[in-house]
Amino acid sequence: MTRRAAILLGSAFVALAALAFASPRVVAADKVDPVADAKAFQNFFFQKFPNVRHEDFVNGPYSMNEDMKRQWREKEEFPPYEFALDAGKEMFATPFKNGKTYADCFPNGGIGIRQNYPYFDEKEGKVVTLELALNRCREANGEAPYSYVKDEMASLTAYMAFTSRGKPMDIKIPDDPRALAAFENGKRYFYTRRGQMNFSCASCHVQSPGERIRAEILAPALGILNAMPIYRSEWSGMGTTSRRFITCNSQTRAVPLEPQADEYRDVEYFLSYVANGLPISGPGARP
Amino acid sequence: MKRSLPIAMLLALSFAPPARAATEADYKAAYVAAEAASKEAAALRHQWTTTVSTLATARKAADGGDFDRAFAAAKEAEALAKASIFQATSEKEAWKTMEIR
Amino acid sequence: MASSIRVRATANGDITEVQALIQHPMDTGFVKDSKGELIPAHFIQELKFECNGKDVFVAEWGTAVSKDPYVKFSFKGAKKGDDLKVSWTDNKGVSDTTTAKIS
Repeated sequence: MTRRAAILLGSAFVALAALAFASPRVVAADKVDPVADAKAFQNFFFQKFPNVRHEDFVNGPYSMNEDMKRQWREKEEFPPYEFALDAGKEMFATPFKNGKTYADCFPNGGIGIRQNYPYFDEKEGKVVTLELALNRCREANGEAPYSYVKDEMASLTAYMAFTSRGKPMDIKIPDDPRALAAFENGKRYFYTRRGQMNFSCASCHVQSPGERIRAEILAPALGILNAMPIYRSEWSGMGTTSRRFITCNSQTRAVPLEPQADEYRDVEYFLSYVANGLPISGPGARP
Repeated sequence: MKRSLPIAMLLALSFAPPARAATEADYKAAYVAAEAASKEAAALRHQWTTTVSTLATARKAADGGDFDRAFAAAKEAEALAKASIFQATSEKEAWKTMEIR
Repeated sequence: MASSIRVRATANGDITEVQALIQHPMDTGFVKDSKGELIPAHFIQELKFECNGKDVFVAEWGTAVSKDPYVKFSFKGAKKGDDLKVSWTDNKGVSDTTTAKIS
C-alpha cells in the first residue's frame, strides 16, 4: 500500500517535472488552431450547461433562466424590435440617390447572408464586419456613412439578420497567416483584462454566465453575437454589435475603442467563428 | 538591530517636511507626470475611464485655484494611469491563463 | 409613414385578448440630450381601444410609462371579425389611430 502510494507520488512528481519542462516549449510552439479552439470553446459551454440545448445558447440569458425564458417567449409574440425591423426592411429596399440599392453591394442581394459575417477580406488583409460592409456600401454609392451605434445601422442589420434566422453561423478562416493572426488577436482581446474593474470579456461571459450582475443575468459568450443586433430595454432602443462592445468596455471602466477598430473587428471574428454551427437568432430582445 | 528600525522611522518622521499647501508649480509637475502616464496607457489601448475623469477633476480644481485638490487629483490620476499600464503589461501574457483550451 | 401602432387581437370563445405596441418617445421632460439641453416632455396622454362603438379600454397615461409602450389586456363581448379601433393622443396634440380585425 505504502509502496504503491510512493510510486504514485513519485510518478506524479515525474509528471509534474515533465510538465514544467515541457510547458514553456508548448507555449512557444503554440500554433493558432481555430478548429481546436472552437471545439474547446463549445465543449466548455456544453459541459457547463448540460441541460441547455445547443441551439439555445444563442438566446443569451434566456437559455440560463427558466423564469426569464417564459417572459421572453411572451415578449417574442410581440417583439420590441419590430419597428426597427420594419424600418430596416424599408431602408434596405430604398434606392440610393444614384439608383443603386444595398442589394447591389452584397452576395445574394443581401438576403440570408448574415451568417457569413464577419469575413476575412484577403485583399484588405483585415476582418470585415456586416456593419462595416454596410457603411462601405453607402460610401461607395455616394451616401454618408451611418453611426455604428445608432438606430439606422441597427435597423439595417436587424433586417439582414432576420432574413438569415435559423441559418447556422458559418464563418470561414482562409488559409492566410493574416486571417489566423486576426483570429488570435480577437481571442487575445476577448481574454485580456482591462479597465479599472480588471475584467475581461471572459470574466463575465465565460466564468459567470447565468449568474447575476446586479439585476441582470449574464449571457454565455457562446453564440452571443448570433442575436445581434438587439433591442435592449435598458437602452430603450436598438443596439449594434459595436454598441455592445463599447458599453461592455465602459462598464468595466475601460475607455472604449472607436467603433470598428481593428480589435473590435477581430474579437467579432473570434466570437463568431467559435459559434459556428449555432443558428442566427437576431434581431434579439434583451432586458 | 531590532530597536534601531523604530528609531530610524521616528527620526525619518520627525525630519519629514511639515504639511503645506500645494502650489501651482506642484500641481503642474504632478499633472505633467500624470498626463504622460495616461498617454502611455492610451497608446497601449488600456486607458481607464477613471484616469480621464480624474485628470479632468485636476484641471477643474486648478482652474478654480484649488491647488491642493488639483495636486491630489493629478497624483491620483498618475497612480491610476500607472496601474493601467501595469495591467496592460501583465496581461500581455496573463490572458492565456483565462483561455478555454 | 407606417403606423405607430401595432395591434393583435384574438378571440378565444367569449374572451378577446389584445396586445398592442406603440412607437412613441415618451419623453419625461427630465432627460437632457447630448448637448445638455432638456428634452421637453412628450408623452401619450390618452390611449383608447373601441369595439363595436364601445370603449373597452381607456388609459390616461403620464411620463411614468416607458418608451415604445406595450399593452396587453382582454375583454368580453366581441367576436371574430369585429373591428377594434385603437387611438392615442399625446400632450403635443399629436395622435394616431388604427383599426384591426379581431381574429
